Amino acid sequence: MPKYTLLIYGDSAQWEALTGEERRAHDAAHAEFRTAAGDRVIGGQELEPAPTATTLRGSVTSDGPFLETKEALGGFYLLEAADLDEVLALAKLLPEVRAAHSGVEIRPVVDHG
Amino acid sequence: MTAEIVAAVAEAHRRDWAQVLATTARVTRDLDLAEECTQDAYAQALAVWPRDGVPSRPGAWLTRVARNRALDEMRREAAFRRRLPLLVTPPDGPGDDRLRLIFTCCHPALSREAQVALTARLVCGLSTYEVARAFLLPEPTMAARLTRAKKKIATARIPYRTPDPDEMGSRLDTVLEVVHLLYTTGHTAPIGPVLIRADLTASAIHLARTLHLLMPRSAAVAALLALLLVTDARSAARVSASGALVLLPDQDRSRWNHPQIAEGVALLTDSLRREAPTRFAVEAAIAAVHAESPSWERTDWPEIVGLYDVLLRLTGESPVVALNRAVAVGFRDGPQAGLDALAPLTAEPALATYAYLAAARADFLRLLGRRPEAAAAYDEALTLTDNEVERAFLAARRGSL
Repeated sequence: MPKYTLLIYGDSAQWEALTGEERRAHDAAHAEFRTAAGDRVIGGQELEPAPTATTLRGSVTSDGPFLETKEALGGFYLLEAADLDEVLALAKLLPEVRAAHSGVEIRPVVDHG
Repeated sequence: MTAEIVAAVAEAHRRDWAQVLATTARVTRDLDLAEECTQDAYAQALAVWPRDGVPSRPGAWLTRVARNRALDEMRREAAFRRRLPLLVTPPDGPGDDRLRLIFTCCHPALSREAQVALTARLVCGLSTYEVARAFLLPEPTMAARLTRAKKKIATARIPYRTPDPDEMGSRLDTVLEVVHLLYTTGHTAPIGPVLIRADLTASAIHLARTLHLLMPRSAAVAALLALLLVTDARSAARVSASGALVLLPDQDRSRWNHPQIAEGVALLTDSLRREAPTRFAVEAAIAAVHAESPSWERTDWPEIVGLYDVLLRLTGESPVVALNRAVAVGFRDGPQAGLDALAPLTAEPALATYAYLAAARADFLRLLGRRPEAAAAYDEALTLTDNEVERAFLAARRGSL
């Protein structure tokens, strides 16, 4: 079965500014996504904000993410799905698709099988 | 080779290309290979039909030849092709392969440029060279764009399928926008020596007819077909015998294709009876008011301004629609009113390089006798226009001052 990653990008300052009620609605939407996707979800994690990242390039170790942007990777899912339409239908359930500062990038995973 | 054979192949190309390719793609599960085999089937027709005669069902003949070639290729390259991702062909309910092909080419996960290029090449059967020329790109650039788009369809697994009912509306809107863009690109070629690219406009109309045939209950499809038919019905009168641009006021209305206007108006009437008007329905209504007016002088400008008001709302206040509305206001209330209506648009960034704004201002200034200002506005329009027929027209207007 083909695999896709859903890369969730957004402005971590805005994620951190969510009120308690907004956070609960946000988490509920993720739970709804996981229920709808069922065993098609192979994995997925929420990441700590980009300023906690450490980047290695050549011999240089630096503080911060690979790309210094306002909107950074905030989390990901790894899914199995038959085709892109199936992934699109599920990804539209994610709350980050609806918020103005965030979005979800879908990348097919290379099949080495 | 006789002219009849060439005409028969050309007719089969126009009528059957999409069907042959769409059916072959189901066998190959590879758009590239399907395209290659379809191309090859038409080459075979040119070689074989002069000897054996035109088959009674050319489409079936071409499909069989393309399919056999595909099976040969797949056997030969089995080991190689197995490593490449294949087109996802889900078991589909009843439906037409041509629709699957169209919706796949116009999938929202593809850029608009890719959608238009794929539709022109795979659905309309224009050659890569022709598609490149239509969109003012070098052929290798267009070839790369097509390859990239086909690769994305295979790798990201965009399925070869018509959309589910709940997303049909928005998916169909994309298809209609692509068909409309193909038509408008041909209607006034952005650059070059001729005004109209008839191969593109004919392809777009044929595609709209196919969509209407396959989705007869869609009011949105009927509205787009109506718009293209009514607009296209006037095309013979848009260019003089010497190739010069003739604007609506000066067109010989007896040269309009009146049966085609009647067909478009009937489609539009039917579409409006069934559903709330889409953007294309209102544009078709505007075209129909012009097409049914006995003369320029008797044009129903209040009706046209009213339709532009509706269109402004439907397009979220599109600056180009606002420009057309301002011009209509000028014809309804006089050149000073038109100039006043255009004034706020000169600050609109989206129109900063739009030649029609400068040309419209120039015309109203000319009618008001403000010659130096009119000349300056014509000069501005000339610097923004690359179509030679339009340039000649603007230069002549400027010269007449």
